Amino acid sequence: MSMLSFERKYRVRGGTLIGGDLFDFWIGPFYVGFFGVTSAFFATLGTLLIIYGAAIGPTWNIWQINIAPPDLSYGLGFAPLKEGGLWQFITICAIGAFVSWALREVEIARKLGIGLHIPFAFAFAILAYVTLVVIRPILLGAWGHGFPYGILSHLDWVSNVGYQFLHFHYNPAHMIAITFFFTTALALSLHGGLILSCTNPAKGQPVKTAEHENTFFRDDIGYSIGALGIHRLGLFLALAAVFFSAVCIVISGPFWTRGWPEWWNWWLNMPIWG
Amino acid sequence: MNLFTLKGRSLIVTIVLGAVFVAGCERPGHDTVQRGYRGLAMEGVYNPRIVDRKLQANIPPEPTPPVPSDGPKASQVYKNLQILGDLSVGEFTRLMVAMTSWVAPEEGCNYCHVPADFADDSLYTKQISRVMLAMTQRANEDWQAHVGDTGVTCYTCHRGKHVPEYTFTKDAGPAMVAGLAPTGQNTRSPTVGYTSLPYDPLTPFLDEANDIRIIPLTALPQGNRKSLKQTERTYALMMHISDSLGVNCTHCHNSRSFFAWDQSPPERTKAWHAIRMVREMNNQFIEPVAGILPDTRKGPLGDPLKVSCKTCHQGVYRPLFGANMLKDYPNLAKRSGAAKAETGEAAPGSAAAE
Repeated sequence: MSMLSFERKYRVRGGTLIGGDLFDFWIGPFYVGFFGVTSAFFATLGTLLIIYGAAIGPTWNIWQINIAPPDLSYGLGFAPLKEGGLWQFITICAIGAFVSWALREVEIARKLGIGLHIPFAFAFAILAYVTLVVIRPILLGAWGHGFPYGILSHLDWVSNVGYQFLHFHYNPAHMIAITFFFTTALALSLHGGLILSCTNPAKGQPVKTAEHENTFFRDDIGYSIGALGIHRLGLFLALAAVFFSAVCIVISGPFWTRGWPEWWNWWLNMPIWG
Repeated sequence: MNLFTLKGRSLIVTIVLGAVFVAGCERPGHDTVQRGYRGLAMEGVYNPRIVDRKLQANIPPEPTPPVPSDGPKASQVYKNLQILGDLSVGEFTRLMVAMTSWVAPEEGCNYCHVPADFADDSLYTKQISRVMLAMTQRANEDWQAHVGDTGVTCYTCHRGKHVPEYTFTKDAGPAMVAGLAPTGQNTRSPTVGYTSLPYDPLTPFLDEANDIRIIPLTALPQGNRKSLKQTERTYALMMHISDSLGVNCTHCHNSRSFFAWDQSPPERTKAWHAIRMVREMNNQFIEPVAGILPDTRKGPLGDPLKVSCKTCHQGVYRPLFGANMLKDYPNLAKRSGAAKAETGEAAPGSAAAE
């Protein structure tokens, strides 16, 4: 891949968190860095372990390959490789790869002298994953509470965990998370539509500017959040969606053992109802 | 920090919302029980503090010392014994005393018997007791597929009360003006685990014999006429079962395929028999004698208090945590006297039917 003439200007040395100049280079378009190396290491090892798990498992059907966590009886200890230990190693690899990737993003941002918003945002995705396979299992006392690695098997896990609490739609944090996911989609579609509408005027008309964008929403709903604001809002909505998703699963079990419909009795039992 | 700035106000809102969240929850330190293959998430999740409370509330009474079954039969000494006449006098007396302590510990014998003539049937409570005895014996003898060797006694449901704490009648719903009243659902009801599901799934399934299955057996919707309303009723019944047994859906189902028996834990089979057992109790034992019941033993729509899953289970996956009271009162284990003749037909799934 060739480099555009101005790109070289942005390929500056320094900004690394660890390793100094050692891995401070690019391969094609990709920045490497120490964390690029660790990302590749963990991702490769983890993938190979998954393939090994599939090889010793009953099927090569891509939908049915299942790397399951240990039995609950192993608690927070190590399990034999073929009885969940593989899942434990793959989990370590996954976290290693995800965190490395985030730190690599930090290094790139430092090189460019920009903010750390992107690794911050990615950190929420990592948080959600870590909540599922580390924090909640620790709170419940067994690695076996993590979700299995498999296309269909992890869906079965999701379904059954939901039904462990009778009706997951009554989970208050689940409600909030879903609302944020939908609102994220709404905001993104409005923003995308607005930008495209201003850059695609009628034939022969000039492309419109920010004032047109603002005016549209002022006319429409009395307020325009502005060119910068919409991106702040978008980031907030997306991160809140992920954050409350993590909350909704970490409270299911560690902080609530009954059906979620019953949780709302605090509301039904309030003295204001007489 | 100035609480009237945007940041200050956000802080207050955050704290209030956080407090609401925490206030409704339980602190960590829970027990989990694996009920399926690892990673499948078929698990029971129990708060040990709630389990402790349930354990305290489900201690069976000490059995009275056993008595010999030989000697003169009760029917030779007492009159008008229709069910328990074949018992020895000692056994009969012991069972009567036990029943009194289980059902009417304060009123004693006179709750069912006319003091001047114990053989007199004029009190409705005595007539109902006879029906209940036959029902209990029937359950223990013919519904082993559900009650197993643990069986049931009067105490399983009554727990020292005249009427078991949890019964059901037809639910007319909340008393509201017609335009505002919920049409069979969308209110809170403990019967269905406080969901907004139809609040009376017990009448259609535990009294009437409507079809519970709603999932089609074909991949495409060919000929399945089950409606959303029926689906919600089925789910409502399932909520009742979960609530009654203190278990979640994965106790009986792998939720990836609710209908598939080959993927369900054996407990689901027990529940299948239970639904039919309870239906029989309501149809063949309770409803035929509804005429002699006073209004206090009937619901607002005039139907008698009936048996649901919660009547016996009372929030526990096995009533009284599986305490085997029946072995101490073997006279309740087999149909005797008139009860033998009453229900000749074997229950489905019982040994006699196979």
